[in-house]
Amino acid sequence: MKAYFGRRYAISASHRLNADALSPDENRAAYGKCNNPHGHGHNYVLEVLVEGAVDAETGMIVNMSALDEAVRDRAIDRFDHANLNLDPLFANRVPTTENLCRAVFELLDGSLQPAKLARVRVEETENNFFDYEGE
Amino acid sequence: MIYLTRRATFSASHYYWNEAWTAEKNERVFGRCANRNGHGHNYTLEVTVAGEPDPTTGFVVDLKRLRDAIEREVLEAYDHRHLNLEVPEFARTIPTAENIAIACWKRLEPAIQTVGDARLSRVRVYETPEIFAEYRGEA
Repeated sequence: MKAYFGRRYAISASHRLNADALSPDENRAAYGKCNNPHGHGHNYVLEVLVEGAVDAETGMIVNMSALDEAVRDRAIDRFDHANLNLDPLFANRVPTTENLCRAVFELLDGSLQPAKLARVRVEETENNFFDYEGE
Repeated sequence: MIYLTRRATFSASHYYWNEAWTAEKNERVFGRCANRNGHGHNYTLEVTVAGEPDPTTGFVVDLKRLRDAIEREVLEAYDHRHLNLEVPEFARTIPTAENIAIACWKRLEPAIQTVGDARLSRVRVYETPEIFAEYRGEA
């Protein structure tokens, strides 16, 4: 039977929203406080949702320890306590949480067998979050 | 189509053990979850139904009747119980979060059909705030 398994992780990181294509005034208008020159940080929550068949022997879609290890190796160790702007993935992309969400999806996709990645959600604060399902 | 979700909580104990395996394999695969004395969680159950708001009442479903169905079908059987030892569907099925979500669906789907026109859309079971499983009725 097909079911879904979700896991939530914490990532603390800093970023600054500034688009190279925009002038300083335009960046200020577009990003407001998020454009402050030295950046700022968030306690992000990363929610990983996988889908797959429930294994008859284990009752599980995926072994949680294996899932945790893959997410840690590919995403958490990379972004936790880091400055997102300095990551090569954001060399030419503004590290908005939309772009972070898509980057995490792309880092994890295909690495969670036997489960399949269904959705990545990144919560930037308690009041805003972003979902990407690979579309 | 509107999706409406009702939450409920229950506290229960369980352990993971496959009788077809050796003790060594159970302990290797399931780790601390294989402790035969069991352990417990405060589970949160989210039941989502889908439907059109009734033109007269504006309700997708009568929330009190949905709450009563959840309490009668799930909480009375699971709350403050040992899932492996006291709940029939887990006598031979390991009560992982995935299997609990599927079992809750099977318990709730017929009951929700009698509650109104809404249909069961999703059951999500949080084992802890960081771990959850979900079943959407798919084969």
